[in-house]
Amino acid sequence: MTDISTGTAQDWNAPEVRSNLRRRHRGERWLRGIGLAAILTAFAVLVILLGSLTASGYKAFSQTFITLDVPVSADRVKPDRIAAANWRGVMQDAVAAMFPDATDAERKVLAAIPSSVAQFAVRDRVLADPALIGQTVTVSVPVSDPFDQLHKGLIDRATPEENRRLKDAEIAAFDRLVEAGKVALRPNWALVTSADSRFPELAGLRGALIGSFYALLTCFVISFPIGIGAAIYLEEFAPKNRLSDLIEININNLAAVPSVVFGLLGLAVFLGWFGLPRSAPFVGGLVLALMTLPTIIIATRAALKAVPPSIREAALGIGASRQQVVFQHVLPLAMPGILTGTIIGLAQALGETAPLLLIGMNAFITAAPATPFDAATALPTQIFIWADSPERGFVSRTSAAILVLLGFLILMNGLAIFLRNRFERRW
Amino acid sequence: MDDARLAERAVTTGEVKISARKAQVYYGETHAIRDVDVDILDKTVTAFIGPSGCGKSTFLRCLNRMNDTIPNCRVEGRITLDGEDIYDRSVDPVQLRARVGMVFQKPNPFPKSIYENVAYGPRIHGMARTKADLDQIVESCLRRAALWNEAKDRLDEPGTGLSGGQQQRLCIARAIATSPEVLLMDEPCSALDPIATAQVEELIDELRANFSVVIVTHSMQQAARVSQRTAFFHLGNLVEYGETGQIFTNPRDPRTESYITGRIG
Repeated sequence: MTDISTGTAQDWNAPEVRSNLRRRHRGERWLRGIGLAAILTAFAVLVILLGSLTASGYKAFSQTFITLDVPVSADRVKPDRIAAANWRGVMQDAVAAMFPDATDAERKVLAAIPSSVAQFAVRDRVLADPALIGQTVTVSVPVSDPFDQLHKGLIDRATPEENRRLKDAEIAAFDRLVEAGKVALRPNWALVTSADSRFPELAGLRGALIGSFYALLTCFVISFPIGIGAAIYLEEFAPKNRLSDLIEININNLAAVPSVVFGLLGLAVFLGWFGLPRSAPFVGGLVLALMTLPTIIIATRAALKAVPPSIREAALGIGASRQQVVFQHVLPLAMPGILTGTIIGLAQALGETAPLLLIGMNAFITAAPATPFDAATALPTQIFIWADSPERGFVSRTSAAILVLLGFLILMNGLAIFLRNRFERRW
Repeated sequence: MDDARLAERAVTTGEVKISARKAQVYYGETHAIRDVDVDILDKTVTAFIGPSGCGKSTFLRCLNRMNDTIPNCRVEGRITLDGEDIYDRSVDPVQLRARVGMVFQKPNPFPKSIYENVAYGPRIHGMARTKADLDQIVESCLRRAALWNEAKDRLDEPGTGLSGGQQQRLCIARAIATSPEVLLMDEPCSALDPIATAQVEELIDELRANFSVVIVTHSMQQAARVSQRTAFFHLGNLVEYGETGQIFTNPRDPRTESYITGRIG
């Protein structure tokens, strides 16, 4: 210190000065190296996650279908009692007609290949048009799950028969159908167009998608205005005192409360006291709104704080009222930040599982909800249900559902980035 | 500075516009302004000078109640505009601020178009019935702020895209658009280069014809150039107030003399 203050010239070539410089450069290289390593690790983990999901999930985006010519004989189907006819027998007739030389045992095996809904598909066609009785109806239906697995190569034919899901006779019967050109792999639209089912080959996400949509809509409609209102009041109007400090601390704490606690709260309050319907997306949305509120309040307050005070002074100086200052100047400037925070909060809500489990949105429901008050599942709870199901077909479907969920999350985060870049004003 | 010429300068000033008696300002426990008595005249440029932190900006902000927006700031004493107490319950600060306009240290145009910047005040106070009225107010204010020629072809462009000096003149146009009786300027040239400063000073001199202008400045040359009357603040007290020529050539208080000769501050 004394050297500098007395004005002695610094010797920039002294060995200790040079080694000090080298040490500083080394420190910088280290920091950059560690940062780069962290980024690469995070990226690698992401690639592994998406890779494994895609590897197991992509097979669920296609489905093995079988084309059947079903003779609807007047013997089996009486025009006055169509619904009560022996449709199982009709299907057996169809298989017998396809392979006239097959033995009875073979026919029984063959008849099990189409999904069990095949008979209902035929029945519905005939119910809709009774003139089909006595004719041949051609239907294309999913094959039942084990054969779907076989066709996609997920069942190893080399496995000893006793350990295999399908026996030799079943594989042989299926191969005959493949040889006959009756089997085809097609895009599995049912994954998004049908609701849940006991049979993997029929199960879809329709109910979960609509349930999640209703829940998020409820969540948005409730948490967006309340969150913004609370943030505006706290940031622009509330006096700064112990009470507002206490409220601020509690809001920040609320953002850190585990979601399962909100679920219990929803169970006790919304279902217990208010008697709202169980498993309803509306109630799910209410619980998610409780969770999303602190996120929106914190994001909105940060966005309001980021608006330069000079803008408020300028408007006040002209004689704008506080309300005009907020709504005409501050809020428009803060909007990109508010929307970004809201969308990120909603994206978090979309992926939230625990509170929905507690209010019963993990029920097995085979119909898509018509209103937000009907029982339904949501995307994350549907994933939970499928992940828990023993049928092999649900393994790939679980991964596919996760991919669908991630797709929506990426879409929402992308929208947040777009809004931020599009509407952000620069000074 | 030609002191002799300054002292002999003809001073034409108007009636008393703003009057403060025993004005006190507290920030919490801090007593920022003590016992300020001042009469600010109409159609006059009054300069507040003094070292940093002496309270001149604080006092300026009392005159249009901008201090109301600062938590735990308290104003006592009596400040009147045309004889009416502006801290009276019956006075609405929103309306007061339309009558007592303000230009800030840093140019702070709204991030809206040049037109919208000027039209905002008249619009919220309902001063224009038709679009044509508003157009006319905008044009005349931009003309008086000496910005019309530069801005007339780009009224729809954002005000934030102008240069610093132009932005400050836009802020002046915005402040005079509500036809204020008093214009408060808080170091309006401190963020500007000498050319823009000269333009703004010229503008202040023209504005004197219609308004009472109160300007806070750190530059004693500026105070001498633009003002007719000068008030010297020190440590929260109004030390001396009088005609600018007298303050700069023949100060009565030794503290004023020390400051203008550069010994304190």
